[in-house]
Amino acid sequence: MAATRAAIGLWHRLLALIGSLLGVLAPGASRAVDLPGDKAEALVHSYIGGGVNAYGPAFLVRKSIMDKVSLSGTYYMDAVSNASIDVVTTASKYKETRHEFGLSADYVYRDAQITLGAMTSHEPDYTANTGNIDVTQEVFGGMTTVAFGFTKASDKVGKKNSPEFSDHAHHWQYRFGLTQVLTPRWLMSLNFDALSDDGYLGSPYRSARVFGAFVPERNPRTRNSRAAKIKFVGDLGSFGAVNLGYRYYTDTWDIKAHTVDGGWSRYFGEKWLADVFARYYTQTHANFYSDNALTETVYVSRNRQLSTFNDYGVGARLSYNVRRVPGRYDVKLIGTYEYTTYRFKDFTDVRTGELYGYGANLFQVYLSATY
Amino acid sequence: MTMSRALACAALLGALLAGCSVPKLEPWVKPYERERLADPIMKLSRDSLPDKHVEHVRDVREGARGATGVQGGGCGCN
Repeated sequence: MAATRAAIGLWHRLLALIGSLLGVLAPGASRAVDLPGDKAEALVHSYIGGGVNAYGPAFLVRKSIMDKVSLSGTYYMDAVSNASIDVVTTASKYKETRHEFGLSADYVYRDAQITLGAMTSHEPDYTANTGNIDVTQEVFGGMTTVAFGFTKASDKVGKKNSPEFSDHAHHWQYRFGLTQVLTPRWLMSLNFDALSDDGYLGSPYRSARVFGAFVPERNPRTRNSRAAKIKFVGDLGSFGAVNLGYRYYTDTWDIKAHTVDGGWSRYFGEKWLADVFARYYTQTHANFYSDNALTETVYVSRNRQLSTFNDYGVGARLSYNVRRVPGRYDVKLIGTYEYTTYRFKDFTDVRTGELYGYGANLFQVYLSATY
Repeated sequence: MTMSRALACAALLGALLAGCSVPKLEPWVKPYERERLADPIMKLSRDSLPDKHVEHVRDVREGARGATGVQGGGCGCN
């Protein structure tokens, strides 16, 4: 009992210390940040494209306790039927289900919000356990929000019908974010992530092609990545709002990627909100990627995720306010559709020898209730 | 030669900073001017569950990841 009290006391002191350290950055009088509001969300999601059909439900419930801590729980399911091109040409199609459970607690101290989270994900041949801590702090009279985050994940990798295969992977992600009010109508955000991976970073089922023969892929066991994104959101008055973002990515596997996205949102009456959005993504291939390697190398992969390709998507979201009682509850029903085209530059369909490409449909139906 | 040039540049920069009166930077958008920014339409990330799904779809198909601003980040899956 005494040990529990001591642990709680230590925890409070630690949070107070983090809060006061961050508080040094905040000029002027202290303002309180609001805890995330109580809510319940239900989502049905579906992705159909390139021979893959993935669908499932997801749920989130969030509830605050004594206006100091907000707890949330999530469940996410992915039922995958996979007959993608590398599966049908070098393996056999399969079905599997992934279950993911998450818990998180948000704590507010003065102008800071501290979030602790844990997540566990299970597939028949892959288990992942993840923990994260995120701290956001309002500074500069509330015009700037600074965010720091850290995630550590430990995965156990297996292979179906091969009990002798067992490996692991560890992932570290460090996040820094800054949101800045530019004018009464414009916001800007900057995000910078540093990621490190260590362990088994491929798939035990995937094959590479060397001198025309299929062999198990061989990936490096470490990878370090950097990603930076800038995004602007602007208010257009009665014409709604626009957003525009750009992300640059680079890693030690020599992949370099650029992402541009943008969208426009507008209310139609009091009940409807419509969004249209578009996204373009392009990347260079990893230095050990080859569609058909003609030299023997230590590492070799034919994973098209590591190839040179681009994709572009367009989509729309429609939100309907089912019922709203100000100060009590708000229920919304939202539908989203996005079509994405993938075009590979150095990955061929081995059945035809032609460059591969496909289109994919993403659907979401989502019910959100705040109370 | 290079060192002395660097020192001269540093001295010049120091003199410029010391000589300039740096204006005090204050929040230029007051809280009462942020009504439009508080509208849900202006949020950088509006709904966490749908955002998580979209991020997962991209994480397993694209080589790049990260810096999306989605809290927690990462995807424990293959």
